[in-house]
Parts: sequence; C-alpha cells; structure tokens
Amino acid sequence: MNAVTVKHPLAALLATLAAGALFGFGLSLAGMVRPEVVLSFLRLQDWGLMLVMGGAVLVVLLAYQGAPRLLARPLLGGNFGQHPSVWNRDTWRGAALFGLGWGLCGVCPGPAIAGLGTGDLDLLWALAGIALGALAQGLRAKG
Amino acid sequence: MDAFTQMASALLNTLFPTGWGHYLAGGLLVGTGTALLFVYTGRIGGMSSVFSSTWSWLVRRPYFQTARYLETRGWRLVYAAGLIVGALVWWLGFSDGVPLSTQVPAWQLLLGGFFVGYGARLSNGCTSGHGICGLGSLQLPSLGAVLIFMATAFLTANAFARLSARFT
Repeated sequence: MNAVTVKHPLAALLATLAAGALFGFGLSLAGMVRPEVVLSFLRLQDWGLMLVMGGAVLVVLLAYQGAPRLLARPLLGGNFGQHPSVWNRDTWRGAALFGLGWGLCGVCPGPAIAGLGTGDLDLLWALAGIALGALAQGLRAKG
Repeated sequence: MDAFTQMASALLNTLFPTGWGHYLAGGLLVGTGTALLFVYTGRIGGMSSVFSSTWSWLVRRPYFQTARYLETRGWRLVYAAGLIVGALVWWLGFSDGVPLSTQVPAWQLLLGGFFVGYGARLSNGCTSGHGICGLGSLQLPSLGAVLIFMATAFLTANAFARLSARFT
C-alpha cells in the first residue's frame, strides 16, 4: 500500500466516511452481517455470497482499471494506490488459516465491524477474536 | 410460463432460496463504496488492515510501527466507522428495527475470529482485501488466496456441520 498524500483533508475524511457507509449498508442489505447467511453459503445451501462478491468485484474492477486511465489523479488529490499482492508461503498459509476461521464462525473482518451497526453485540466476540488474531500475527512477525 | 422460464425460475429458487436481488444489490453497493474511496482519494479499502493499523496506537513493536500502518491508521478507522454508520442506516431505515443476533456460539465466534484475524494479516488480505480489491486489481496472488480460503472455509463449515449434527 503506497502512502497517499491527500490535499483536501476534510473532504477526504467525509468521502472516506461516505464510502465506508455505502460498504456497510451494502453488507447489511446483502445479509453478510449475519453469520448464518455466510455459513449457509459455505454449506452450499444458498449461493447468494457469489452474487455479493461478483457484484462488488465488477464495480471495483471498472473503477480500479478505469479511473487511473481517465484521471491524472484522484478527485481530492494524492495518488492512486495499488494492491500489490505477492505469492509466498505466508500468502497461502494465511489464506488457509483465514478460511478455517471463516468456516468456523461465518464472520470476516468487514461484517464483524459493520454488524455492530445492526445492534448485534454477539459479533463483539468475533471482533475481539479478529483483533487478537491480528495482534498475535504482528507479535510473531519479524521487523 | 414456457418451459425455459419455469426451469430458470426453479434454478434460481434452488440456488437462492431467500431471493437473489438483495445479494446483487448489496454487492454492487459494497463495490461502489470501495470504488468511490479509490476515485476520490486513491485509497485501496481492504478491511483487515484496520486491525493491525489500530494496534499501532498501542503496541510499540517495530512491526506495528511501520509506515504502512502509521500512515494509514487514521483513514482506516474513519472507513471502519463508516461501515458501522452504513449498517446503522440500514438497520434503522430498512429492517424491522429489532437488533440482530446470531445463533453461532460465542466460543466459535471468538476462536474462528482469531484464525480470521491471524490468517488475514499473515496473508495480507481478507474477503475484501484479496477478494474485492485484489481481484479488482487483477492480482493473480489474490486469486490464489481467494481460492485457498474458499476451499478451507467450505471444508471447515461442512465438516463442522456434520460433527455437530452427530454430537447433538
């Protein structure tokens, strides 16, 4: 992730908040904040999650590929960031662990946060687990 | 209805017993949020990083004090707050207003969450980081990560469902 210097801090704050709100509203509308819905997908009883992922990737693909071609820089200044992912042992081990946990609880990071806005305080357990997992990973990591 | 329409609707009902429109609409909105963040600020909005970047306020270890967390921790928290606001708007305006809850036991949420947090940060991405931002960036390693976590999640969820059916 590149450092991004933004020229309009207040506008960027509001845009970031609004973008997050769309994300959270979408997750809630799609039922992804309910672990039961995610688990029903993972047990092949309801394929809805494919539509959620597919719809989201489609829009993001257009934006990530199109915006840097059409605009010199982001609308509020700064630079377009990138998501450079690498393939190494950590990538696949981490992904496998992530899937293990996701299959056990039906909660991933976005819904764990957004779900709090639906009054579901049970999700605090998942949120605490994710925060502790991220802490443990950082404590074990080098550098 | 002709035979084709009947078959198509039977297929839709089998794949999506609770309907499909809200899934697609929700996914398009999730994508729109991530896309707007990028178009306005150039930021790549994966979700799992917010946990590590927030620890950077509390934990002095060099890993948490790297630029990628220090320089992004402010906006990542704002983005996360936005998620809660958006879900709140849905809850107050578009649901029956009863707080949601889950039948998944607390120990499962906590333990599963731990692996989710550890694994996502080790892999440098989650369902949104690799799944949405990574695939949207046409990153092959992200596709690999998605296929692997989908596979282990399918295996875990189904194995666990069978086990708990046997012991309850």
